[in-house]
Amino acid sequence: MKLALIEALASLAAAKQPAALVTELDGGAQKIFTLADAEGAVAQAITDDRSGEHVIDGKKCFVLVRNPPSRMIIVGAVHITQALAPMAKLAGYDVTIVDPRGAFATAERFPGINLSQDWPDEALAALQPDLRTAVVTLTHDPKLDDPALITALRSPAFYIGSLGSKKTHAARLERLRAAGFTEADVARIHGPAGLDIGAKSPAEIAVSVLAQLTAVRRQKHATR
Amino acid sequence: MNDADNQDLLQVAADWKRAGRDVALATVTATWGSSPRQAGSQLVVDGEGRMLGSVSGGCVEGAVVREAIEVMADGKPRLLDFGVTNEQAWEVGLACGGKLQIFVERVE
Repeated sequence: MKLALIEALASLAAAKQPAALVTELDGGAQKIFTLADAEGAVAQAITDDRSGEHVIDGKKCFVLVRNPPSRMIIVGAVHITQALAPMAKLAGYDVTIVDPRGAFATAERFPGINLSQDWPDEALAALQPDLRTAVVTLTHDPKLDDPALITALRSPAFYIGSLGSKKTHAARLERLRAAGFTEADVARIHGPAGLDIGAKSPAEIAVSVLAQLTAVRRQKHATR
Repeated sequence: MNDADNQDLLQVAADWKRAGRDVALATVTATWGSSPRQAGSQLVVDGEGRMLGSVSGGCVEGAVVREAIEVMADGKPRLLDFGVTNEQAWEVGLACGGKLQIFVERVE
């Protein structure tokens, strides 16, 4: 592999451009594709975010997909977030924390993590959650969580989770129904967020949320 | 999906190469059955056998490093098969019973 190819892939990664490196397994010839110039199996591999072998023009090739990291948008720079954000980062997510309360979303509390102090609906509208984005609301405060959930429900985000007791969650769903969302819409929200593993501490709750998110992402029929 | 790897191993390979080291890159191209690392997982190896990344749970890395050093010498990429049907199974068989194919190339 030529250094120039690695540099070209690095530039695409810096520009957050999905790309694939195609290698002919017999001989080792290589070429980079982006979604703009990829066709057939290569375009599909980039879309599916799945590296693998394909026969292209009669030649056995390996398609190495190099997509920007999946994203996690956490609404609420709270105690649980202090555990969830670094765990999510370790799991490979590009994490952004949204909290308009200035005392919460500080670089001191969240070193090295993207912070937004915009109102959640504005922040999410700007961040544009896509198929590779998870949105987790952790404030318990309807005036912060609801605008985020409303914006998330209008996006194709692969996971939407919202912390709160069963009672809190039921009231939340009522408000969203009243706002015009259907049963199918509100059913997209994992609430209370996280797998039922008896989590108590902030770190344990973060584990349960990250575990649920992983299950949704990696399994076709994840448990709720 | 490369998300599981926090470190960009291609960048590591480039950095090592620019620092004047011989470098080879091993990439998992296919797996069958139970394999710990999925297609696209990478291992960077230098001329002294130092390595970063992984292509299995530690089962075949030693053999891959040996092949990588040969690839650095002759520049010819190789496609390696590991698994229960391989004659190397005696040496580096996969405890998980899976099979995997690894492409090894020189960084130049």
